[in-house]
Amino acid sequence: MSTAPPDAEELGRRVDAFLAEHDPAATEPLEFLRARFDAGLAWVHYPQGHGGLDAPRALQPGVDRRFREAGAPTNQPERNGIGLGMAAPTILAFGTEEQKRRFLRPLWTGEEIWCQLFSEPGAGSDLAALGTRAVRDGDHWIVNGQKVWTSMAHEARYAILVTRTDPDVPKHRGMTYFVCDMTAPGVEVRPLRQITGEAEFNEVFLTDVRIPDEHRLGEIGDGWRVSTTTLMNERVAIGGAAAPREGGMIGVVARLWRDRPELRTAGLHDALLRLWVETEAARLTGERLRQQLAVGKPGPEGSAAKLAFADINQRTSGLELELLGDDGLRYDDWTMRRPSEVDFTRRSPGYRYLRAKGNSIEGGTSEILRNIIAERVLGLPGEIRVDKDVPWKDLPK
Amino acid sequence: MTDLLYTEIENDLRASVREVLEDKAPWTAVLAGTEKDEPYDAGLWKAVAGQLGCAGLPVPEDLGGAGAGWRETAVVMEELGRAVAPVPFLTSSVMATAALLAAGERELLARLAAGERTAVLAVPFGTAPGADPAADPDAPTVSGGALTGEVASVADGLAADVLLVPAGGGLYAVDAADARRTAVTSLDMTRRLADVAFGGAPARLVAQGPDAVRAALVTGAALLASEQLGIAERCLDDTVAYVKTRYQFGRQIGSYQALKHRLADLWTAVTQARAAARYAASCATAGDADLPVAAAVAQAHCSAVAVKAAEECVQMHGGIGFTWEHPAHLYLKRAKADSIALGSPDRHRAALAVLAGLPPA
Repeated sequence: MSTAPPDAEELGRRVDAFLAEHDPAATEPLEFLRARFDAGLAWVHYPQGHGGLDAPRALQPGVDRRFREAGAPTNQPERNGIGLGMAAPTILAFGTEEQKRRFLRPLWTGEEIWCQLFSEPGAGSDLAALGTRAVRDGDHWIVNGQKVWTSMAHEARYAILVTRTDPDVPKHRGMTYFVCDMTAPGVEVRPLRQITGEAEFNEVFLTDVRIPDEHRLGEIGDGWRVSTTTLMNERVAIGGAAAPREGGMIGVVARLWRDRPELRTAGLHDALLRLWVETEAARLTGERLRQQLAVGKPGPEGSAAKLAFADINQRTSGLELELLGDDGLRYDDWTMRRPSEVDFTRRSPGYRYLRAKGNSIEGGTSEILRNIIAERVLGLPGEIRVDKDVPWKDLPK
Repeated sequence: MTDLLYTEIENDLRASVREVLEDKAPWTAVLAGTEKDEPYDAGLWKAVAGQLGCAGLPVPEDLGGAGAGWRETAVVMEELGRAVAPVPFLTSSVMATAALLAAGERELLARLAAGERTAVLAVPFGTAPGADPAADPDAPTVSGGALTGEVASVADGLAADVLLVPAGGGLYAVDAADARRTAVTSLDMTRRLADVAFGGAPARLVAQGPDAVRAALVTGAALLASEQLGIAERCLDDTVAYVKTRYQFGRQIGSYQALKHRLADLWTAVTQARAAARYAASCATAGDADLPVAAAVAQAHCSAVAVKAAEECVQMHGGIGFTWEHPAHLYLKRAKADSIALGSPDRHRAALAVLAGLPPA
């Protein structure tokens, strides 16, 4: 095995050699994916032996494209977004060699789906206020508490879990981070039905769940720092691929406008054009952000992108209902379903309008994002903190 | 996708222009200049156009220019916007230059590029791209090489040496000394308007057909967005700095969430304005077929952002922001005038309705 990180050319040769050895059409998908991981072609920027080759991260899209063009099976990344985007980088940063060996391969192949036990009913944006207790019991921990907004919990094999291990110190200091086996006794997953009628998310109740100490990620009391790594990776995941003009929600409404002249009014025309311009400006902002990332100069514009997306998506989906008039009064299906991904394009306008309401809440509320921009980008004074030096147990709840 | 970032050369150019502006055009000097009779700051113009060579940026080297492009020119526009600089850069170095480039005119172009002469397109400043001013029934008329008629609200009309007048289905050059120019009291005190009248003025045909005028208008609109970006950035920067130093009720007013959230929203809007303005400038440079859309998006968006930034600047400065002794009013006046210049946001949205295939009710 070579030690120098491969460049794009070398990676291309390795992919070709791999494909020559593993015919995508004739190889069983799981076997193919395991072999791809073992060849270091899963996530090329990861270390050798853990699915990667220590190559530059920027070379990953090229590798993915070659596999896609060869008709290779995918690891269904849409089903394991938390695992791939958040759990894996955290395990890589804080896990022991044994933890990396145990968890990363089945995570990447999609054999084991992951979820994230972070949010709690009493601690949403204020993550460090969480109250799920973990108490040491020999070489195990006993966990009790309730988590919420857990997507994929009903399909997940493992979860990344943050707990309170010391209530006597201020809230950021008394947290500890674990990997939780979702099949362990005492883990109960209940669908959480939303405003749209379906249950994308779950509540998870943890009752005397035993977690071995070897499933702890990072030091005892270091859970906040480990969580920060997870959340930073969540933000990196936002942005994604380049979008064409009229690629998102505005395209849906623009096509409706073109197809249904009888629905048009002067006021809606003005509203549509305003949103069209804003969407285009936001799209170009995303493009600029990607160009900055490509030259290794990431800017803080990601926060702006999420803030703008939530606002524009909500207003555009609202406009669609108004434009539809009588048809906007109808909904497609209130049946409680368990979707594994959000589908803005194939559902009804009513669904789009209601689901968009989550855009300004999930992944950091727009209000919290504005504080982040004001404080970290513009350097304005922080919010007055009344909980900083108070032991967690003495905080009002 | 076209490059939306700034090159190292552009950043160096920005630094030189900003240095000259900070030296020669602090806002106190700009304000003092508004009380004078001069139509623009000739000393500043000499430094920016001549010594720094900014006037010739978009002009090819064989025509006496720097052979750069509209992207670099747009960076100069950003800096001039930041300083509300009273120089005829937009009108002469962008719009008149674009018209002459499109017309294939050489001699006057070279003199504009050198900063020796200035020219303006003699149309009302509110004229939107896509208009054909020469076809307007009220446009001046040409007969036997002599031009007759009136044009109101010409930006930098008093500053120009040469007036480029759409008339008789083409574009004519008239020596400013042969026109009757009347100063107008303008909302934007730093870019003044003039009414222009021609009574049989000798006119030279520069271009036949509407293309040169169209190029001037769409390039002007595309690059005006960069000026608006500069205004918005300056207003945001000044306001952020101010709310950190001003105390009320025992706290910096920048610690109040009511202001923090508005400033975060403004920063977000400025971020988007930058992307839209850069895209328009890039399309202008590349002669991209998407330029009409890019310019309309940039104008519809950046106009509103600049006005919002200037309005928030006045409001968040409180009482001082409402006085003559603070620069906020210079920015507000420029921003509001710019939002009407070269087509209001609503006109640009109407243009987009056609360009994007979204017809009215």
